[in-house]
Amino acid sequence: MSLSSRRRARKAFRAESTYHATGVAIALFFLAPFAITLLASFRHGTEARLPPLPPWPANGISFDSYRSLDTFGAGVWQHTFNSLLVSLATVALTVAVSVLAGYGFSRYRFPLKNVLFVLIIATLMIPFQSILTPLFIILARLGLNNSLFGLTLVYVTLQLPFSVFMMRNAFDAVPKEIEEAARIDGARDLKLLFRVLMPLVLPGIATVAIFAFLNAWNEFLAALVLLSSNEKYTLPVLMMAVRAGRLGAVNWGAVQAGVAVMTLPCLVVFLLLQRYYMRGLMAGAVK
Amino acid sequence: MAGSGPGKALPVRRRRRRHSQWRGLLYIAPAMALVIVFFVMPVLFTGWMSLHNWPLLGSPRWIGFNNYFRMANDGRFVSALRFTTYYTVIVTIAIFAVAFPLAIFVEKHRRFVGAYRTIIFLPVVVGLASASLLWVWLANVDSGFIGPALKALGLVEKSPNLLATFDSAFFTIIVMVVWKIAGFTMIILLTGLQAIPSELTEAARIDGAGRWQRFRYLTLPLMRRTIALALIISVTGSILAFDQFYIMTSGGPQNRMISVVYYIFNQSFVSFNLGYGAALSIALLAILVVISIVQLRLLRVGEDRP
Repeated sequence: MSLSSRRRARKAFRAESTYHATGVAIALFFLAPFAITLLASFRHGTEARLPPLPPWPANGISFDSYRSLDTFGAGVWQHTFNSLLVSLATVALTVAVSVLAGYGFSRYRFPLKNVLFVLIIATLMIPFQSILTPLFIILARLGLNNSLFGLTLVYVTLQLPFSVFMMRNAFDAVPKEIEEAARIDGARDLKLLFRVLMPLVLPGIATVAIFAFLNAWNEFLAALVLLSSNEKYTLPVLMMAVRAGRLGAVNWGAVQAGVAVMTLPCLVVFLLLQRYYMRGLMAGAVK
Repeated sequence: MAGSGPGKALPVRRRRRRHSQWRGLLYIAPAMALVIVFFVMPVLFTGWMSLHNWPLLGSPRWIGFNNYFRMANDGRFVSALRFTTYYTVIVTIAIFAVAFPLAIFVEKHRRFVGAYRTIIFLPVVVGLASASLLWVWLANVDSGFIGPALKALGLVEKSPNLLATFDSAFFTIIVMVVWKIAGFTMIILLTGLQAIPSELTEAARIDGAGRWQRFRYLTLPLMRRTIALALIISVTGSILAFDQFYIMTSGGPQNRMISVVYYIFNQSFVSFNLGYGAALSIALLAILVVISIVQLRLLRVGEDRP
């Protein structure tokens, strides 16, 4: 008996080891590109042109690559600031607009309600890539061409189907009794919304905010088309100049540094707020 | 609801409801304004623009359906269509081939499985533009990582220029996209896998069904809906591909990597044929609508046999 149980234990151990060996190999494939790039971005300027073996900074950590990134466009701070400004403004506006709309769709009855809701959701059916040309013209007519604010408004609109859907469901999940009790206590409309209901839908707001941030921070094509002057570029657009290089020579150190600047915020936001991100993913997928 | 109360209460109720009707519209007004200005108007405007010769400077000129006739004879558009279809098919197959085993792998209840899931998912949250830039460097011939690493391992004699030929550049892009997207598809498939009652699998096992048989005759049919959903997301996403071709290969050797969206971008914002760009956009929309209808059918078929 003890022999067979020992054999079984050995078999289980072997299966376990095989499983984790596979797991580590898979994890390496998905992590390595990040790790290699990040490590390489800290190599000395003289090392940057050499083959990246080993990829880590062999002669001590240096910020040469980040410094050289700063010599492109209007400087990396300016472009990071542009990206942050657009992303945070997109988050703020998306949250404000979708909380109001979600509340309206969840709690009020009005004519054409379903038609209007479907119209907002339909934005998903027609991808923005296919309306970029007229968007370009319309923004110009509104005096919002080459403007970070115009780009923000476009990003907010792109976020609406998901966000309004998310917020309507969040308000739907709040029991009517809570609202009625607050009404009896004298809370009305906006006060009711901000004081009583907002804390209850906070998880939904977190989800909407994360998606708005990541999508605005990462967006490339609309920014490329709608921004035309150098100092307005967001990070992904700036990186096209870095990638193109100067006089036929590409500064790969600057590319690595730029990738690090662009990816780190996304990874941090995701790792800190995984739960809310996954909630949004599921809601989006089920819909 | 209106007719349910006693007669006297009716007028009060009706007044309150009318009052709240306006409030509801007020709450959704900002969202509606954005959708109308930045979505409905551009969609309608696309149709209007497509009937014009619309240069960036100077006034647009009505030319009827000429942009559409031009499209039919535009060899570069046809080849963009062909390339996009080719890319969509290959990338979708590649993503499923990687994501399905991954989903099965991370479905197990073992230690560290949560960590594996998170790591595989990480590339999903970074931008496609960032991912493309990252892989451009990795694939670069001398100062990149892949070529010198292959050489150091003794697999090649000379570090290959992965982005120089169509086949190797295409392969690199597929690997990049799989790396970037597989985690997303994996999570979608994982929810489908987890929805299968374990009693069913257990019963099949007792009846003597092997691992492959259980997968083929139990798991796959039960996951039809989930698979259809993941397919839709992958196909529609791939049809709109742009960033990776623009950033990684700038259209590729002999411009063979120009996707449909890339071609629209070139016509509208490089050559400034805005009217023709709009007509191409309408064509893209039509293609997407047809594909959506076909795929919604697919989903519904999945619903009939849950």
